[in-house]
Amino acid sequence: MDSTILISAALNGLLVGGIYTLVASGLTLIYGVLHIINFAHGSLLMMGMFGVYYLLIKLRLDPYISMLIMVPAMYAIGYVLYKGLIGRFSSGKDENILLITLGLSIVLENLALMFFKGDTRTITVGYSDTMVELGPLLFSLPKVISFFIAMLLCALLGLYIKKSNTGKAIRAVAKERMGARLVGIDVDRIFAISYGIGVATLGAAACLLMPIFYVSPYTGHVFVLVAFTVVVLGGMGSFLGAVVGGLIVGLTESFGGLFLGESLGQIGISLIFILILLFRPQGLFGARG
Amino acid sequence: MTPKKSVSRRDILKIGAAGPLLAAPGLLLSQPAPIKIGLVHPVSGGLAYSGGQGRLGCQLAIDEVNAAGGIKSMGGARLQAVLGDSQSRPEVGVSEVERMQQEGVSAYVGCFSSAIALPATQAAAKYNTPFLIDVGASDAIVNRGLKNVFRFKPGFGKCADDAVIALGEINKAAGGIAKTAVLVHEESEFGTGTANLMESKLPSIGVQAVEKIKHANPTRDFNNVVLRIKSLKPDLVIMSNYQNEYVLLARTMYQQRVDVAAFFSVLGGGFNYRLVKEQPQVAEHMMDFNHWFSPTNQRAQAMKKRVESTGNLFTFEVYCGYNATMLYVDALERAKTAAKEQVIAALESSTWSNHFMPYGPTRFINGQNQGGSGALLQATASDIEVVWPGRFASKKAVFPKPKIG
Repeated sequence: MDSTILISAALNGLLVGGIYTLVASGLTLIYGVLHIINFAHGSLLMMGMFGVYYLLIKLRLDPYISMLIMVPAMYAIGYVLYKGLIGRFSSGKDENILLITLGLSIVLENLALMFFKGDTRTITVGYSDTMVELGPLLFSLPKVISFFIAMLLCALLGLYIKKSNTGKAIRAVAKERMGARLVGIDVDRIFAISYGIGVATLGAAACLLMPIFYVSPYTGHVFVLVAFTVVVLGGMGSFLGAVVGGLIVGLTESFGGLFLGESLGQIGISLIFILILLFRPQGLFGARG
Repeated sequence: MTPKKSVSRRDILKIGAAGPLLAAPGLLLSQPAPIKIGLVHPVSGGLAYSGGQGRLGCQLAIDEVNAAGGIKSMGGARLQAVLGDSQSRPEVGVSEVERMQQEGVSAYVGCFSSAIALPATQAAAKYNTPFLIDVGASDAIVNRGLKNVFRFKPGFGKCADDAVIALGEINKAAGGIAKTAVLVHEESEFGTGTANLMESKLPSIGVQAVEKIKHANPTRDFNNVVLRIKSLKPDLVIMSNYQNEYVLLARTMYQQRVDVAAFFSVLGGGFNYRLVKEQPQVAEHMMDFNHWFSPTNQRAQAMKKRVESTGNLFTFEVYCGYNATMLYVDALERAKTAAKEQVIAALESSTWSNHFMPYGPTRFINGQNQGGSGALLQATASDIEVVWPGRFASKKAVFPKPKIG
């Protein structure tokens, strides 16, 4: 096979993996703190993408500028969702949280279907089809921008969790809920903040995805299985795991498609999922439970 | 002495108000029972948009018939839609057919997807209930000997035949510059079947299919596929995909500067006014062989305006749904009953011509209308034009398309 194609597949896999990383980082944070899988993750991403779409259509706001609105807005939505719905009605039981987030995803998808219809929407901005030339290879500029912003945001998020007081409180709650409560941390508030940050990452991901992808009420499904695989691969609750896992999944998908065809190639992601569960269930960077 | 009771103004008003209610049973008895039509479309799940458009077309037909006084030969019987959602899943399509049967539907219209239509029509066949296919490309839908299934529009066999003829003619007019093609198709019955047919028919016009590339639904990134296409250096890329993947593939080919004589799709799921509006640079010069209304028909143009005034697009699902329902209405008028046997007989002998597709009068053989044909369309920077057949083409085809960049 032509080496140009191999190099292109590798770089393209990394670029796509960057987006997977950002989508998965919110999921892993929510899992790390609340110890639940957020089933509404895909639907919230889809809502974020519709938000970016309408900010451009109605206010002519560039998707990357939209991040300044979408990230705080999605944080607020996440915070309110936790305080007003998930925290209030779960009675502290994990299985209730699972059911509530599952129900939330169904409601969000059907609301989107009612208001936006099932149509596939895309956006075109001035740089949509601008390509970065690397010798004979062409890479979409929005994809390259998305990769670097995603990596930067993951690093910033990691630093925030590590250095800030709220971040330390989040880590304390993630590690020992009762102990954190005993030293005066408002655990319920930390849950809401964590859920808010998790949803805020989706706001950023939505801004990075819209210039390169489409949105419909079911777009969330396209990414949510991949995000789960990234989280399982990297280790539940591990940020570094989400970054490494996202890039590995991006590469696997790209090379799987190249060697096995785009139809069969996606088997690679499922294979990773099964192998990790069999041989390293805690993931690459996860702590053994 | 009996007390004298005067009748007050209020009592008279009460009697006046009750009058119509007392008369209502008589009115209800004189009104023929409504004829229930089961609309089986995927209005949620991955095919939700197309399903919703199909449902819209059927409902427009039902509203139009009811507004005009119902089925005249049946004393003005009204049509009543029983709505179903197959959720883009074949097994749910079947359960919707069963549910609607319990609700007493006289016929079904659906299903948009071949994968759903195949089992759904089979389920309806158990009850011998007429099933009118509005959209569903696979020829297996009508080739299995099910007496209850009727398809007004052409299947992928006929579409592939005509698409190859159309491509052959425009290629010949351009000096036969296109000699090779890469076929890119989605993995289900629709895409695979269409690609197989195209592969077998292309040699008849001097074009060889150098590779067939199958992809999953959904596919998140088409860069590998496009790199493969570039390495093969074909003259044509021929696509059969559903909406999401069509849009993503078209954009990636444009970005990767794939220079071919034409991007040509057969029943291309994403080739519509929205693509032209949102990605005009990507859409411009793309070609699609698809169902299309007769552009000179005034009713079609009026309906297009009506649909667009409600914020919807006048896509092929809308007018295929509308015409499939109207075909059933014509059969009801002639059968003078909704009884299944008689309606099926009326459909078998149908010569309906009051539609706005470029088909001529209907003539069914094994449930397939023989006069159906699609049209070759080409996107401009702001619209979609018919470029083949010549008898109602609105524009000459741009072939080969200008080089990118």
